[in-house]
Amino acid sequence: MRRLLTAPLLLLLALPATAAEGRAPVPQIGPAQGEQCVAPVEFMRRNHMELILHQRDETVHRGIRTKGQSLRNCINCHAVDAAGQPVSLDDPEHFCVSCHRYAAVRPDCFQCHSGEPEPGVPGVVGTGAWSQGLAATDHREVER
Amino acid sequence: MSEQPIDRYRRRLLGGAIATGTLTLAPGIFLHRLAEAKPDAEPVRSIVRWGLLVDTTRCASDCTACVDACRDEHGWTGHGRPRSDAQWIRKVELHDKATGREVSLPMMCQHCAEPPCVDVCPTGASFKRADGIVLVDKHICIGCRYCMMACPYKARSFIHEDLTDQKPHSPRGKGTVESCTLCVHRIDAGQQPACVEACNRDGHGALLFGDLNDRNSAIHQALAEVPTTQVRADLGLDLGVRYQGL
Amino acid sequence: MKRTRYLEIGTSGGYLLLLAMLGALVTAGAGAAWFMEHNGHYVTGMDNQVVWGMPHVFAVFLIVAASGALNVASIGSVFAKVEYKPLARLSGLLAIALLAGGLAILVLDLGRPDRLIVAMTHYNFKSIFAWNIFLYNGFFLIVAIYLWTLMDRTVAEYGKRIGLLAIVWRLVLTTGTGSIFGFLVARQAYDAAIFAPYFIVLSLAFGMATFILVMLVAFNGTRRALGDALLGRLRNLLGVFIAIALLVVATYFLTNLYAAEHQATMRMILLDGGTITATFWVGQILLGSLTPLGLIYHPLFRDSRPALATASVLVVLGGLATMYVIIIGGQSVPLVLFPGMEVSSSFFDGAFNHYAPSLPEIALGIGGSALALLLVALGVRVLPFLPDALPDAAVD
Repeated sequence: MRRLLTAPLLLLLALPATAAEGRAPVPQIGPAQGEQCVAPVEFMRRNHMELILHQRDETVHRGIRTKGQSLRNCINCHAVDAAGQPVSLDDPEHFCVSCHRYAAVRPDCFQCHSGEPEPGVPGVVGTGAWSQGLAATDHREVER
Repeated sequence: MSEQPIDRYRRRLLGGAIATGTLTLAPGIFLHRLAEAKPDAEPVRSIVRWGLLVDTTRCASDCTACVDACRDEHGWTGHGRPRSDAQWIRKVELHDKATGREVSLPMMCQHCAEPPCVDVCPTGASFKRADGIVLVDKHICIGCRYCMMACPYKARSFIHEDLTDQKPHSPRGKGTVESCTLCVHRIDAGQQPACVEACNRDGHGALLFGDLNDRNSAIHQALAEVPTTQVRADLGLDLGVRYQGL
Repeated sequence: MKRTRYLEIGTSGGYLLLLAMLGALVTAGAGAAWFMEHNGHYVTGMDNQVVWGMPHVFAVFLIVAASGALNVASIGSVFAKVEYKPLARLSGLLAIALLAGGLAILVLDLGRPDRLIVAMTHYNFKSIFAWNIFLYNGFFLIVAIYLWTLMDRTVAEYGKRIGLLAIVWRLVLTTGTGSIFGFLVARQAYDAAIFAPYFIVLSLAFGMATFILVMLVAFNGTRRALGDALLGRLRNLLGVFIAIALLVVATYFLTNLYAAEHQATMRMILLDGGTITATFWVGQILLGSLTPLGLIYHPLFRDSRPALATASVLVVLGGLATMYVIIIGGQSVPLVLFPGMEVSSSFFDGAFNHYAPSLPEIALGIGGSALALLLVALGVRVLPFLPDALPDAAVD
């Protein structure tokens, strides 16, 4: 019995080796509006969850509503496709949904927060100074 | 014909009445253009205490403008299940058993200075902001409903089902508790709560919103001049919502 | 007194059947919890008027019984009544199991049970709920250590001290549980300091009744000898506890009836409350208190084990009725915002709130109770909690 299981087990263990050759699936992340986010992409990829967790307390408890750091602002830029049309949360091309499905991490933000952009409200980007812990002071607006 | 003394007297009376009326109303109309919005990056401060004065003599029994406005603003439209649907504000009809007198008034979160809901919340999700607004931090609400047991005003509602199409400025979700936020998103932007705006727009003027700590605010002056009550004043909660004409 | 020998129970067909039945009830409860969480609470009988329902009735009963179940061990360790010492291990096991069952129900009924970790890391220390989280977890720890001193002779010398800590902790815990209601200034039926001692007294009765039932089932099921003398002492204690509980509930109602402010509320509970009124008079008083007292003290039933078992079952059912009257009844009575006025609104102000339990809620409550019993059944199988014999000769 043990001999019967060894071969399949070894094959299973060898799978990561095949992936390392570059055949692993990568997420098809949906597009967003504007040239850049409020912070650099590499920073956001690693730290957006930390920012969201920290910023929400600042907003809810202390009333700090800096435009570049509000979830509504994130959604205003990210919940639209390249043509500027709103993307639904059910659509696998939604910016947040696409990557989170790939990573199999379910964020429960959208149980409460609307995933739809506000009609007629432009998204606001920052200078990137936010990632260094400073409030964004230079706002550029993205027209939709 | 020459002017009769009575006509002169009438003219002066009418003129005086109009002048008094204008002087009475004008501060209200001008002061409704509120204080400027707080700067985005600045935290709220306790130097301000937001409050509401309800003039029940201006509340009509069949008027639900405030309720409808709140519902539109925050999206708690209901699911056809009145017992479990959320209601952030409702019209309450009072009938005095002894005298037959009837009063109609809106009841919502009273934004107590000593909120029982804040005392009992195990995680601190129910909290009072520095400027006096009592809110639920739905990120840490575990849905235990103890605040609903504790509130003397039945202000809180529990969300009993999955929600979609939330308003972007009013996140709400299944399994958490919510109540009137005094339209905190509007206040921070320098506007008035939706109920107050609707009541004024419809010409009733029963709701007066402002800074209780500001000596020059209309609400502060009104509270100094007319008799007002706090509902369940015996509890000593120091409410932000006061009622006139009860 | 002969040294007591403890022995794990053996497996039999009946035991496996018991495990299967309890397991099925636990599974049904888990399924009900998933159903409630997945769809949202609109599928239950709880709404914005009656926010705590059957799950809380069962859960609070189990938690109160848990603290009372430790009594038998405390009498042995703290009050040095050696006759009770052989039962201390079972008492500790039952206390932990009942508390676990009760807490499982409470957590699974939360609107966001996935946020339990939030509840364990964010504390508002003005809230009795936050204190209860520490008290309940501390209870688990202390009773576990206490059981260790009972079962491991090398640490037995600490038993008395840990036993003292355990009894103090359990009194604080039960005070905390009663204060959940006592601290609610808003409600006519709550907002009373009497809830703390009321719950302590209820815990004595519920805990003893549950312990007697578990003991009878365990000893009878494994055909181990159980003498009448020990049972007689427990029977007498149960009778005294029921009587004291009756006294306290009478005090609650009579003192409330004295005050004009509370008369309307008391009338609603004692006369006009429909299901609440029936549950109180028939469930809590007649079946839960008077009948068991008769079964315990009437000479006709002296030394009758079936009578004692029946009395214990009635006390347990009466306990659930008591919790129903307190929890549901307290919420059914309307909040009084404008005294002297008739009040009506779209949010059911001024109205008596009727509540009908739903199947998922009842299933969750029964599932949690079954979990507690399952933990006991498994415990006595894997570890020596149960004495292998307690004939009268060994006890005296």
